[in-house]
Parts: sequence; structure tokens; C-alpha cells
Amino acid sequence: MPSPQEYLFTNTHEWLSQKDEFSVIGITDFAQDQLGEIVYVDLPEVGDRFKAGQPFGEVESVKSVSELLMPIDASIIEVNEELNDAPDLVNSDCYGDGWLVKVEYGDVDLSDLLDSDSYDTHCSEL
Amino acid sequence: MSKEDLSRTPLYESHRELGARMVPYAHYEMPVQYQGIIDEHKATRSSAGIFDVSHMAQFRVAGAGARDFLQGVLTNEIGRIDDVGSAQYTLMLNEEGGILDDLIVYNTGFEYLIIANAANHEKDFEWLDDHKPDDVELVDESERTALIALQGPSMIRIMDELTDEDYVLPERFNLNEAIIDGRIPVLVARTGYTGEDGVELVTRAEDAKDLWNVLLSFPEVTPVGLGARDTLRLEMGYPLYGDDMDETRDPIQARLGWVCPADKTDYIGADAVRKAREEGSDEVLVHLRVDGGIPRKGQKVLADGKFIGTIGSGSHSPTFGFGMATAYLPLAYAEPGAIVQVEIRKKLVDGLVVKPPFSL
Repeated sequence: MPSPQEYLFTNTHEWLSQKDEFSVIGITDFAQDQLGEIVYVDLPEVGDRFKAGQPFGEVESVKSVSELLMPIDASIIEVNEELNDAPDLVNSDCYGDGWLVKVEYGDVDLSDLLDSDSYDTHCSEL
Repeated sequence: MSKEDLSRTPLYESHRELGARMVPYAHYEMPVQYQGIIDEHKATRSSAGIFDVSHMAQFRVAGAGARDFLQGVLTNEIGRIDDVGSAQYTLMLNEEGGILDDLIVYNTGFEYLIIANAANHEKDFEWLDDHKPDDVELVDESERTALIALQGPSMIRIMDELTDEDYVLPERFNLNEAIIDGRIPVLVARTGYTGEDGVELVTRAEDAKDLWNVLLSFPEVTPVGLGARDTLRLEMGYPLYGDDMDETRDPIQARLGWVCPADKTDYIGADAVRKAREEGSDEVLVHLRVDGGIPRKGQKVLADGKFIGTIGSGSHSPTFGFGMATAYLPLAYAEPGAIVQVEIRKKLVDGLVVKPPFSL
């Protein structure tokens, strides 16, 4: 299934929604499928600031742990509290209810991020 | 190790056809999951799961001296399985009392069948071969046989449907022979590693696929991979060799003194076990319930900010939804109710010492 056209992607399988007042970040369908059933999500605090590429949390399946890497320099304005009780939302709806954090940021360079076609090509080569 | 060096069980193609994710495990390419670890775990608890455990080592021990030989090389009292068709959990120790392996011995009447950990296959065979007298025949049957476990509350009904009306399932920790679906000869052992009522079926390698498909034809049967096998056994507190014990641990530390009868003194490692029993252990294996994170093998366990141990097994309990783990800890922290901390990456999370099996 092709990735959503309206998002930008990292080659480490996070997605970033287009900036409105804020952007939403999650992990991709490819990532959730590779991880398997997610049973624990560790997210940052509101107000935490991260540089692009820094780990901002973790998702864990029964067998493994994966770091979440921040796609851009940004600060956290909201975390998805629903995931505390229902981490499997990341599996069932990774581009919707399974979002991870909302972030705000200034003028940042988005040119390192991939569009959906480039991301899908990246995944097909893995 | 490259993929080309890995062995495959007779059911490799079946796993691929079922869409299993295959991983290297103990020199074998094995299914870690099919549809998902949690679903497979729950299916085993609620109806039935089938597991390809053909990677496990299977040795046949026969000959006039077989009984005496096993009595001397294994910790448990072999006399307890003198009845044909009985079986026992037991340990093999080195001279220092270090655990070489945990295994099950079955008395088939003609000989003994040993089922041992895949990871210890070569080591066990060499140890047995080095210690056996001339009147004992030791044969590695692992390649010729397949082993399929059928575990869960639906097992009885399924076995009933697949066998003659005069067939009676063996009691727990016993085995007998059966013909499955009128054509597949198997040894039926009422044993398992899940905590559910179950059987392990020993069959010829060439019959494995047929047996697997017959079992899979029942709608209540789910194929289960090594991922759920691990969560199922850890919920029960069943130890896994390599994670929960190894040659640096003795049976008393591992809380397996119950398979080393105190009045049995004639096996390799018996002196060390007696000493450990008399002097007591400084550390023992404990089980930890962890809410607020998933403990993983190798993470540190602390108390009052001080390092006191290392996580052996660590995972998520699909039944209860919390983290569960094992660790060797000083006796002061071994009693149920004690609270320690697990360093889960950068966070310290409380771990509650509990008596297995894990429960809410």
C-alpha cells in the first residue's frame, strides 16, 4: 500500500504531517508491520526540545524495542496519551489515531525528508 | 552466521506457506511468529496452539547399562520413571554443579528418550558420549524425528477425534504410542512448555508435514512461533536455558533443587549440590513483575541505587499486560513482595518480586 501523499517521511520510518500551526509525528505502516504488535510506547514530556535525528521516545513490541527519531528540530506540544492504554493503536491506525506527538518548530530545512514516493522506494529496497 | 549455515526442520516449507517470520535460533531457521505473538499466545491459552519444536535435540539411550548411566549423569532419581511410559524433568550438571542443560527423559520401555535444548545439542551429546560406558548405546535421533507440540484446553478434544476410540491419553508426564488419523504413528508425551494441558508428539521426519496439516485442519488450532512460546513459558515461570540458568549457576540458585533429590548422591555434581544446599546460596533466581516498562535481558537491577543483578528473561505478558522478568538477586531481595528497580534504558522502573506463575 503506498504511503500517504500528504506526509513527509524519514528513512528511519517516522512520518511528519505538513505544517499547519503544528505538525503531527508518527511511525509508518512499514515500521509498525516490521515491529509487530506494539505493547508499550514511551513518549517525551510536553515542552521537551529535540534536534533532528535525536531519539524522542521508543516503541516496543513483545520481542523488540525501537527508538523514535525526531524528523526535524522541534519542541513537543502534545503527546498521544491514548497510547498509554492502547499502544496497539500504532498498529491499527498508524497514520491516524496511532499518532505519537505534536510538535512546533520555526523555519527548518525539510529537504532531508522524503516524499511518499521516495519513501516507498526506500522501503522496497530494504 | 549466514543463512546458508542454518538447518531447517521438516516443517520449514509449511512455516513459509503460513507466512511466518523466520529467525535464526540455535542453528535453525525457525518461525518466531505467524500472525502475531499476542494472538498466538492467547489462542494457546483459550483453545490450542501447535508448535514446531523439531529443532530440539532428541537422543535415544539404550542398552543394559542405560538406567545406571542416566542415574549417574542426571540429577533426578531415575527410579521414579521405572514404570514404562513415565517421564521426568531433570538436569545435567558438570562436576562443579554448574547446569549443563535441563531436559526431559522418557522411559519408552525399550530405551530412554531424552529431549534437550537445541542450543545445547552438540554439548549435551558430547558430554553423554564422553561419560557413557560401553554397554550403553547413544543415538542422536534429532534428524530422523520431528516434534510437534499441541498445547491448550482444546487438546483433549482434538486428540480424541484423531485417535481410535480405545486410545487413552497418557497421564501428565507420561507417554504412550498412538496412530493419528488412522495412519501417522506418533509417541504422545503429555508434556509441554506453556502451562496449558498439552501433548508433544514425536514423529518420523517424513510424517511431520502430514501431522502438522492434520492438526492445522482443526479451526480451533493456531500455529504458534517461538515468540509466543517464550511469553507462554515465562508467564508460568518455566526457566529457559541460557537466560535463566547456565554453567555458572547451580540448581539451588536456580531453584531447581526439587529435581535434585537430597538422598541421591551418585550423580555428577551431587557433591556441589549438597554443599550448595547446606551452605545456602548468596543469590537465587527471582521473578519480577514490572509495571511501566518492559524489562529486557541484560538490563541492570538495582536496590537503593546499587547494582544487585541482571535481567535474565524479560518480556511483556500478553495475558496480564505487564512486564515480566527473571534475575538472580541476593537473598535479601528474593522474597515475594520485595521491590527493586530495573534500569530500562534511561529510566528506573520498580520491579515487584513475585512467586510464579505470574498473575494479576
